[in-house]
Amino acid sequence: MPLDDRTRRSIIRDAVGIGVATGAYGLSFGAISVTAGLSLLQTAALSLLMFTGASQFAMVSLIGGGGSPVAGAATAVLLGTRNAFYGLRLSRVIGGPGQRRALGAQFVIDETTAMAVAPDSVDAARLAFWATAVSVFTLWNVGTLVGAVGAQAIPDPKTLGLDAAAPAAFLALLAPRMTGRHLWAVSLTAALVALASAPLVPAGIPVLLAALVTVVAGLRLEARGKG
Amino acid sequence: MSVWAAVIGASLGCYLLKLAGLSVPEELLNDRRVARIATLLPVALLATLAVTQTFTTGRHVTVDARAAGLAVAATAQLLRAPFLLVVASAAATAAAVRLLH
Repeated sequence: MPLDDRTRRSIIRDAVGIGVATGAYGLSFGAISVTAGLSLLQTAALSLLMFTGASQFAMVSLIGGGGSPVAGAATAVLLGTRNAFYGLRLSRVIGGPGQRRALGAQFVIDETTAMAVAPDSVDAARLAFWATAVSVFTLWNVGTLVGAVGAQAIPDPKTLGLDAAAPAAFLALLAPRMTGRHLWAVSLTAALVALASAPLVPAGIPVLLAALVTVVAGLRLEARGKG
Repeated sequence: MSVWAAVIGASLGCYLLKLAGLSVPEELLNDRRVARIATLLPVALLATLAVTQTFTTGRHVTVDARAAGLAVAATAQLLRAPFLLVVASAAATAAAVRLLH
């Protein structure tokens, strides 16, 4: 069944709205990345190629904090694992063989998934996915460039408190996901392990230890059958 | 590894994860242990990053202006402020604390 004009317009309106909101995230990512010491080109490349916000924020702030690029890259990839689970729910929308899946894969992120799983019809879901993909990809990258160029013009980002922006960004990304007792308990344990190990191991490694703790905790919770 | 190698390598890794969800057999990602870890991992890592980016400088554990920034950001988040306001309030608070010192 073809989509009627009203449905089509409402999907596109929502997609643009989400794009604008994401542009604001992009702005802060660009500023934080340049403040962390990445070049304008590296910052722009991350938004174009990695295109998944939490991973990008994590990578630049770990490198900015003196962590090795390897630790930064590993943390970014670990944070990207959730996108694999989004893909599973999107296979009816952009699945199937060939180039459409290969291209669509790059846009499998929080925002496009949320939009594409909402409609009942596959046609509406496809439109929601691609409209959100175009809008978010465009405005995320524009926002990144504007934020990066803006931050480059600032002589000492610390006087503006920009080094406090990254933790706040993590907090804002985290808050909507913090649902349930086990998530709190595991997150607190992971964070404390990272903090306690910080003086003992090179920068960037504490976050990977936290990831290890999380995996072990997840397996134990599953073995005990906790909901 | 240079920063560029990390940028390209991690971007490729993130892309392959996105593609894997569309490509691998459903049973693998439906495994309960895998699903459990995938739910926990982003949340625990974001919490860890918020804490370590606030309270460490290199290999030193420190409490400085960033802690005040995070506290104000947490309050803004509890009041359901938009993302940009949460981030800006942290930066402004840290800047103000440094100015007063």
